[in-house]
Amino acid sequence: MGLAIALAVVVLPAGSALAEIKSGSDFLSPELRRQQADETRNPGFFWVEQGRELFSRRPAGDGQACIGCHVEPQQSLRGAATRYPQVDAATGRLLNLEGRIEQCRVERQAQPAFGYETPDLLSLTAYLASLSRGLPMHVRTDGLAQPYYEAGKAFFGRRQGQLNLSCQQCHDGLVGQKLRGDTISHGAGTGYPAYRLEWNDVGSLHRRLRACSLGVRATQFEAGGPEYLALELFLAARARGLPVETPAMRR
Amino acid sequence: MGHDHVDVHLTFIGVDASPAAALEPFAVVGDAIPAPLGGLAGDGQRGAALVRDRERGNCLICHQGADPSEPFQGAIGPPLAGVGARLDAGQIRLRLVDASLLNPHTVMPPYFRTDNLQDVAPAFRGKPALSAQEIEDVVSYLATLRAD
Ligand code: HEC
Ligand code: HEC
Repeated sequence: MGLAIALAVVVLPAGSALAEIKSGSDFLSPELRRQQADETRNPGFFWVEQGRELFSRRPAGDGQACIGCHVEPQQSLRGAATRYPQVDAATGRLLNLEGRIEQCRVERQAQPAFGYETPDLLSLTAYLASLSRGLPMHVRTDGLAQPYYEAGKAFFGRRQGQLNLSCQQCHDGLVGQKLRGDTISHGAGTGYPAYRLEWNDVGSLHRRLRACSLGVRATQFEAGGPEYLALELFLAARARGLPVETPAMRR
Repeated sequence: MGHDHVDVHLTFIGVDASPAAALEPFAVVGDAIPAPLGGLAGDGQRGAALVRDRERGNCLICHQGADPSEPFQGAIGPPLAGVGARLDAGQIRLRLVDASLLNPHTVMPPYFRTDNLQDVAPAFRGKPALSAQEIEDVVSYLATLRAD
């Protein structure tokens, strides 16, 4: 009996993960969705513009601008964001888009890293992700990525915090239900960096994850750290096929 | 002087790192905890405030409370209106203390439990979400919610 229950628990998540995952935008009010779609009313596009500018700006010294290596980014980098997070072949480390930008900045431009959640890194990330708007997410979860994917999946299913809730209990079991004023979505994360009304600012996916951790009174892991990176890979794999929507608007 | 300082510091660490004072023991009978935790008497008015308080019970994040004027109430657990007619005080107490004793998959958080929790934020580690007195306050309040 005990074993039967345990098996049911193991089988259920996999089964429900096959259910159709919807974008966070599907849970917005119609007005917020209209605002999100309107480039003149979605503040996130301001960050995208900043990012576009930064992309062409030459850094101090004799470094090259991003555009020096990535000419015609509308073509050459279209679709790039759909493949992140990914394992960096040279180091074996999992990198999200922010991580790749920082790597280029430090190793190829010989500049100090921007730092997670800085306006410059958010802008560049929002710009690069916006080049993949409408394209389906398709990260790799095999090969070198597999252990990261498994770690993220385990994190997603693990109860945590003083309130003892898992990501899965909310973002699988309670989708569509009201938690205070919010409607719980699948937690797809396909619109980040996103402009959140509560922040009055654009923020990264990891900033959103820290808010969920805080909500259940669990440890808030470092933005850009290994825990949330693995989680981001799992969320991206779970969102396979959903279009990139950066810069999204959220409550 | 320097010695005193070190002593104070160590004492502080000792307090912080030691397991929290043991929770008041309780006995489960059927689906209830019939006796008040620590033999404490609850105060329904304080309980009503705790249920709303977003820093303490924050119950209305998931439940519709009895007061429709409160904005943004959740709809994840059963409505609290009428709970005092559906359940007696002992049954309510058990569901607040640790609803997983009845349903291992429950979404209802354990408000009076410190073991078997993972990655608890440092500020909340080793402490129950509500103290024995606060549990009794909330039980007193909920027991008065008899009308739907
Ligand atoms: C107690 C419920 C709850 C738990 C547990 C929880 N979340 Fe959330 N989460 C929410 C709510 C409410 C929102 C805001 C509404 C929405 O977009 O789903 C949200 C938003 C999100 C978003 C943004 C979705 C979007 O499109 O804007 C992501 C991603 C996310 N959560 C992932 C997670 C992960 C990963 C965990 C575990 C570390 C987790 N959540 C734990 C309730 C929860
Ligand atoms: C994260 C969501 C959540 C929070 C927060 C929450 N509850 Fe619940 N509660 C539930 C769910 C879901 C159930 C149903 C439990 C089950 O069936 O296992 C429940 C059940 C109950 C019950 C039993 C009701 C009945 O009719 O059987 C009571 C009483 C209760 N909750 C009171 C509270 C109080 C008081 C608080 C705050 C101190 C609170 N809850 C916080 C989700 C929540």
